[in-house]
Amino acid sequence: MVVKNTLSGILFDIRRYSVHDGPGIRTTVFLKGCPLNCWWCHNPEGKSPQIEIFQRENRCIRCGACLEVCEAGAIIQHNDSFETNRAICTLCGACVEECYADARELVGKRMTVAEVLAEIERDRPFFQQSGGGVTFSGGEPLFQPTFLGALLKACRSQGIHTAVDTCGYAPWEILDRLRQDVDLFLYDLKLIDEERHHWFTGVSNRIILENLRHLSALGHNIFVRFPIIPYINDDDQNLHLMTEFLLSLPQKLPLDILPYHASALHKYNGLGVEYRLKDTPLPEQERLNEVKDFFEKAGLLVRIGG
Amino acid sequence: MTMTERVARLRQQSLEAIPTLSGERAELITEFYAQNLGFISEPVRRALAFQYLMEHKTIYIGEGELIVGEKGPAPKAAPTYPELCCHSLEDLDILDSREKIPFKVSPEVRKLYEEKIIPFWKGKSMRDLLFREMTAEWKAAYEAGIFTEFMEQRAPGHTVLDDKIYRKGMLDFIEDIQRSLANLDFYNDPEAYDKQEELRAMEIVARALIRFAERHAEKARQLAAQTSDPQRKAELEQITEICTWVPAHAPRNFWEALQYYWFVHLGVTIELNTWDSFCPGKLDHHLLPFYEKGLADGSLTREKAEELLQCFWIKFNNQPAPPKVGVTAAESGTYTDFAQINLGGVKPDGSDGVNEVTYLLLDVIEQMRLLQPSSSIQVSKTNPDAFIQRAGRIIRTGFGQPSVFNSDLIVQELVRQGKSVIDARCGGSSGCVEVGAFGKENYNLTGYFNLPKILELTLNNGVDPRSGKQIGIRTGDPTQLKSFAELFEAFRRQMNYFIDIKVRGNQVVERLYANYMPAPFLSLLIDDCILRGKDYHNGGARYNTTYIMGVGLGTITDSLSAIKYHVFDQQNLSMRELLHLLQTNFEGNERKRLMLVNRTPRYGNDDDYADSIMRQVFEAYYQAIEGRKNTKGGEYHINLLPTTVHVYFGSVTGATPDGRKAGMPLSEGISPVQGADRHGPTAVVKSAAKMDHVRTGGTLLNQKFTPQLLQDEEGLTRLTHLIRTYFNLDGHHIQFNVVDAATLRAAQANPEQYRDLIVRVAGYSDYFCDLSKTLQDEIIARTEHTSF
Repeated sequence: MVVKNTLSGILFDIRRYSVHDGPGIRTTVFLKGCPLNCWWCHNPEGKSPQIEIFQRENRCIRCGACLEVCEAGAIIQHNDSFETNRAICTLCGACVEECYADARELVGKRMTVAEVLAEIERDRPFFQQSGGGVTFSGGEPLFQPTFLGALLKACRSQGIHTAVDTCGYAPWEILDRLRQDVDLFLYDLKLIDEERHHWFTGVSNRIILENLRHLSALGHNIFVRFPIIPYINDDDQNLHLMTEFLLSLPQKLPLDILPYHASALHKYNGLGVEYRLKDTPLPEQERLNEVKDFFEKAGLLVRIGG
Repeated sequence: MTMTERVARLRQQSLEAIPTLSGERAELITEFYAQNLGFISEPVRRALAFQYLMEHKTIYIGEGELIVGEKGPAPKAAPTYPELCCHSLEDLDILDSREKIPFKVSPEVRKLYEEKIIPFWKGKSMRDLLFREMTAEWKAAYEAGIFTEFMEQRAPGHTVLDDKIYRKGMLDFIEDIQRSLANLDFYNDPEAYDKQEELRAMEIVARALIRFAERHAEKARQLAAQTSDPQRKAELEQITEICTWVPAHAPRNFWEALQYYWFVHLGVTIELNTWDSFCPGKLDHHLLPFYEKGLADGSLTREKAEELLQCFWIKFNNQPAPPKVGVTAAESGTYTDFAQINLGGVKPDGSDGVNEVTYLLLDVIEQMRLLQPSSSIQVSKTNPDAFIQRAGRIIRTGFGQPSVFNSDLIVQELVRQGKSVIDARCGGSSGCVEVGAFGKENYNLTGYFNLPKILELTLNNGVDPRSGKQIGIRTGDPTQLKSFAELFEAFRRQMNYFIDIKVRGNQVVERLYANYMPAPFLSLLIDDCILRGKDYHNGGARYNTTYIMGVGLGTITDSLSAIKYHVFDQQNLSMRELLHLLQTNFEGNERKRLMLVNRTPRYGNDDDYADSIMRQVFEAYYQAIEGRKNTKGGEYHINLLPTTVHVYFGSVTGATPDGRKAGMPLSEGISPVQGADRHGPTAVVKSAAKMDHVRTGGTLLNQKFTPQLLQDEEGLTRLTHLIRTYFNLDGHHIQFNVVDAATLRAAQANPEQYRDLIVRVAGYSDYFCDLSKTLQDEIIARTEHTSF
């Protein structure tokens, strides 16, 4: 089938030699936009499907070039800092262009399938050597289904191993259309209790659990990923429910525990968004080991990290 | 982690010993030269000098030592070589008191220098002669920091031993010498007499080394008689026996093999202060037969072999590099003397060279965790991944060892230079990253060449802005250049001008060493000096290579890229404006500087715009040097490595168009400018691999890793794949710094708490606290951008 390589979508990063995103040396392509709103999200710049302005205060050299160039009048000088009124900012990018200190950045970039593929192909020698490939992540890659579908097909036609890192929140029809071109799903499971899931992510998990069951029934290659967040989903009840659910699936799926980390704080600041988990501690190693033991005793194949 | 009590103690002593400057060798050599020996040839004079040293130097056998012999009278008591470089009293004071890399000078040594050494050698050393023989152009370029001169304080060496000493004793070498003497053809060979003198000299030194070992045997016998500890007595008796047997005869077992090498090492490094000291090369290959035989006949256990190797390692660590001053101290500011032990690689028939002893040596490296000797793995496609992963477990402990070389590419490089494929396979890397046919080649590194400084001169029409002197050629007013091609042509002409000057100097220096400083002992060890009856410095080796090492590849690439992009392509900066920015060191123009830093396509990002400029620079440098004839029947080739010279060169180079401020370090090796690589290690590897490494004699790529990236098995596997891919793409060498910037900052602030922190510098490792502040900052900058 012919892939429309002129099709475009919005990305917010392409990261080479990415770790924890599947086997081998991989390039991870981050698609922008996510239907969930998880409290702990470590890629807040991936949530909105729109391009956004991002500021790195510590890089600013106070030259004022941004202020001069802003036609919308969205930049306000406050003593020593140059703030952006996001309400009137037109995202024209002029200030970013002029900011040689790279203190201002547009998060999100429209790229065509051909352009993204060209970036991915740069590391082909590493993929071949290591059994790696590309991982589509986000945001939520399924949120741009046509674009993702075209990317997957393009990679597939080039013989590049594909992984999709997803929260699973998409109509089954979409997954069904794409799944043939996915070599590996990295499938996030956060909370089994529907109400709590809704509270901490903004959506019900029913469709997520159903989609996982379907994929498993169809024999897909899946790694389940459990981001463990103290006080939110590391309680025994959630662990029990997770185990029960995972054991009820047609396949026995490997489970990767991803310990929560607070490295995203500066991103929230840069986007001018409040971070709701400011005071959450990092998971204790001891607790992580307990969780791992718990799952292992239940007969699951578990790794910390991954 | 196994270390016997003996090894732990000897290791600790080695770590704690304070480097001192010993006057013994200086005094002996002066006594020797003070004799009137009448008319004798220089090779014989040098041989008799060697004999005199071997006969009279202090014999040291430390408590509990299994491998014996020191270069000086005691561990870390560094001898000096006044015939090569006679330190002034001021030099001694600097050496004694400088903050980094000091050598304590006792009042007695100072007095000795004042009364005997300096009056005898002042103005008469090789160093004095060398500078006298250089042209005014050469001196101007040297003083401006265009290039350095390796031979101004130290002798050419830069070579490595092959397997010959494990097959032949000194008495066997003497037989070879006598055969060559017998074959001299006085009727048809006009050099027959010169060859006779050289061969006689070689015989004298071979016998002198046997005598040196006998003196150790005598000492051990005395100590054995004195000790009341039966175990030590037995050991000393065994040492007596060993030192009586080797080096006169070929070694019979593992212990003798190590002791023999060590005597040879001492011989080479006492004869002259050879660069890169000396090295056993492929130690795992050489030791395997002794190891297997010992295990088979029950005379050796793995534990005993391990302990002997550990003692052997400590011996290397006891020998700081000869005390250096001036530019040489700046370009090579370290106690490390660059002995680099090769592991793995291929056998002479091209098959997998990894063996049991390879893994044993890796264990020893990990346990010893010493600066010296340096170690490297030679990775061939025939080697198992398990070998790289084993080494990776040491790399991730963060002391920069072992470094990683592409064994298959080294074979290609050596074959391209004209070596036989077998000689190439028996070769490897030494010093930092340079390649050689072990036991058969004289491959001299003659000096570093400051590529960004050439651009600075080009942008100033041949004037060095630091001194205001017209030291280069007039390549034209840069504001009148119409294209990047014209600029590059001006840069190329300027570079060729200085390469000519450097080469002319080298040709003279080579003859100075050939005429006045023959090295009969080193000649004994390198094929085909005996066969040809010629000295190592005079074309005796089978292969003779002269290298000039390019420095600042990242800085020059990014600087040219900045000019091409901003001045000619985008035209958002005129040449005049750029020159003004450089002259004023970007003062008051941080924004423009950041434009140059952040809006220029830069090397290390897998960006063809910049990488093609890197290739252009490489090509121009290669064309300027490759294939020129040296005085030893060999050729010039290039390599790209810096040791610590990128700091010195940076200090004499003004602001550069890539946004680097005046005086800051240049980029090192073929690594990107510190912090310019923004797309992670695969992009760096891709950029670096665009260079045609096959046409070099070594390149140095530094890669930073945060410890987190290597903490688990998967991280190690990924590292293995990264290495394999770089080598699939024909990269030469890669080394890893696995330490985060925060740790380095803490060490800088509280050095006393981080005394044992070792980092990879460039081709070697060093204690972080022993590095200059500028170099520390440079390494922190390299480590900084780790967002991937």
